[in-house]
Amino acid sequence: MPDQTIFRHRTIALGDAPVGYRGQIVALDMNGASDAGLPGSELERRLIELGFVEGAQVELLHQGLFGGDPIAVRVAASTIALRRREAKAVLVSIGEGVP
Amino acid sequence: MNGPLDLALSPGASGPLSSQSAPVVALVGNPNCGKTALFNALTGSRQKVANYPGVTVEKKTGQLTTPGGRAIRIVDLPGTYSLRARSPDEEITRDVVLGRLSSDVTPDLIVCVADASNLRLALRLVLELKRVGRPVLLSLNMMDIARKRGIDIDVEKLSLALGLPVVSSVAVRRGGTDGLLAELDRVLGRDVAHQPSDWHAPDARELRGTQREADRLLRLVLRNEGRLDPGTAKADAILLHPVAGIVILLAILFVMFQAVFAWARPLMDLISDGFTWFGALVGSAPLPEVLRSFLKDGVIAGVGSVVVFLPQIIILFFFILLLEDLGYMARAAFLMDKIMGGAGLHGRAFIPLLSSFACAIPGIMATRVIDDRRDRLTTILVAPLMTCSARIPVYTLIISAFIPDREVWGFVGLQGLVMFGLYACGILGALTVSFVVKRLFWQTTSGEPFMLELPDYKIPQAKSLALGIWARALAFLKRAGTTILSMMILIWVLASFPTPPEGATEPAIDYSFAATIGHAIEPVTKPLGFNWQINVALIPGMAAREVAVGALGTIYAIDAGKEEAEKIGQVLTGQWSLATALALLAWYIFAPQCASTLAVIRRETGGWKWMAVTFFYMLALAYAAALLVFQVATALGAG
Repeated sequence: MPDQTIFRHRTIALGDAPVGYRGQIVALDMNGASDAGLPGSELERRLIELGFVEGAQVELLHQGLFGGDPIAVRVAASTIALRRREAKAVLVSIGEGVP
Repeated sequence: MNGPLDLALSPGASGPLSSQSAPVVALVGNPNCGKTALFNALTGSRQKVANYPGVTVEKKTGQLTTPGGRAIRIVDLPGTYSLRARSPDEEITRDVVLGRLSSDVTPDLIVCVADASNLRLALRLVLELKRVGRPVLLSLNMMDIARKRGIDIDVEKLSLALGLPVVSSVAVRRGGTDGLLAELDRVLGRDVAHQPSDWHAPDARELRGTQREADRLLRLVLRNEGRLDPGTAKADAILLHPVAGIVILLAILFVMFQAVFAWARPLMDLISDGFTWFGALVGSAPLPEVLRSFLKDGVIAGVGSVVVFLPQIIILFFFILLLEDLGYMARAAFLMDKIMGGAGLHGRAFIPLLSSFACAIPGIMATRVIDDRRDRLTTILVAPLMTCSARIPVYTLIISAFIPDREVWGFVGLQGLVMFGLYACGILGALTVSFVVKRLFWQTTSGEPFMLELPDYKIPQAKSLALGIWARALAFLKRAGTTILSMMILIWVLASFPTPPEGATEPAIDYSFAATIGHAIEPVTKPLGFNWQINVALIPGMAAREVAVGALGTIYAIDAGKEEAEKIGQVLTGQWSLATALALLAWYIFAPQCASTLAVIRRETGGWKWMAVTFFYMLALAYAAALLVFQVATALGAG
């Protein structure tokens, strides 16, 4: 996996985004989700299988009551529910809805 | 199934299909793509649900005759996003598609079913399926919904770009599968040689590449992309609202629980009365005494004890399938994930555990909604700790006999409080056990991530619901019937033999194996305050928990009658100390006191291992709890 830390200053992790956030996926960085329930290579593949691919439009639609977890994310034409812990691996552009 | 002709279709075989052997068509697709609706539309009632050998994955097959007169076998495979299997269900999909399983499901044609309104992930799957080397056909399902949403797909261009036949279908409308059927005739009529498979589990780079290719195709064929379904967006604004969403979920669950608990009652009573009547009829037949007792108390009572659960199972699965078809089930998991996650359970474990308050049997069957094997096993292990309705007669008997009917703190009835405490102990026990299992057995702190698609809401189809309930009811009767019945007969043998000697004065059960066992284990149960009579009652109580009440009546030689329970209570007050009564309550919270539940665990987990694990851990918990309660109560002067 290439070192993607260079993206960090222009992006936020989807796992840190507020409800209403809209933007684009810039990169998948498994270092961001070190406490995820899966090894990085497996998590990356699962994210891609659910459509989290660079360039895809995302919107954070809903979040749970406790700790704002899990979150429901619109990825292109589907809605995916996941925990913030895993969503930290998805780096997104600083877009609408981010202060 | 097809006899020796199967050899011609062995994995990797190529060449023309034998005219006598029905070609196999496998339906593959993403979860929620309407694959099952399509399967139902194609096969109607000519389908059957079984299990793949050695695993608990449902094997759904059906028959179909095309307009061209071709007989086809259809296999409905578990939904998946990729052939890179991550769960037992997805392994089945992969192995069937690759022709690694038995030849009766080796597909001659793969039909990839895609939700036309959500094509992106499906296109990646199609690209992956193309590499398997078998003929592939893409069916764009739910085309009506897609059109309504303004999504416009150039089907011809897509077919050309993919190099595959592509048809559109509307599974839920009459005639909606005509195009697919005609294409099946056309494709299966051709003599297509299978290519060797060059599929391998893709890594992240390959997956990314395939998804990019899918996105490129999508831009090519999509004339109008459409937006998020407005109905779904509106509904989710309320149903996924952090507070309102949970309130609505609880209300839905309350209705469901109420239905399983209360609506099923009259039907269950009817079935139970029917079997009692039939048993009495056989009981008065001119037959030898042993045979009469075997038929009445062994076979008929045994079959009755299984069939009596059928109304609960039908009602529960009606709700589960309805919520699933609506698209709400994934939302329920979303709302409950955090709460359940705290105890190491998956969000989807909520419905099965709640159902277990009525009866653990439908609850354990409902764990099929949990994809991950470990999460599912954990849920199955703790489901019997939820206070089921069969414990209520036992709790009521002991509470009304031993707990004074007075109020505490001025407004709470003490008896009700004890009842509530018993429920709370069961729930706490279940949460603790799942927490420990997760940490100790699976040795994971985080576990499977919670990642699932929230599908658009859809109006459920009555036919689909009816077929789903029918398949499950049938499966329950077949699966549970054999194992439960044999256990019932064993329990009958223990409680009936040896028969009492001539001129015996004590009740017949006092001379049986059950009594021998009851006496033999008395030293073990003495620290719990259980006398041999309790031990004996616990043995027929294995048939169903509430049977213990009647058994106590038999042992203490109380005439059965209308006020039987009341009389038993009076006798027990004279015979047992308060400490013994409390210890028995504690025992009943945890004890594996139900043969039917154990039988269903064996069937659902596909072996004796998890049944044994459940039995022994519950036994250990029950013993510890009863021991603690009896010793503390005795020390406090209740002995």
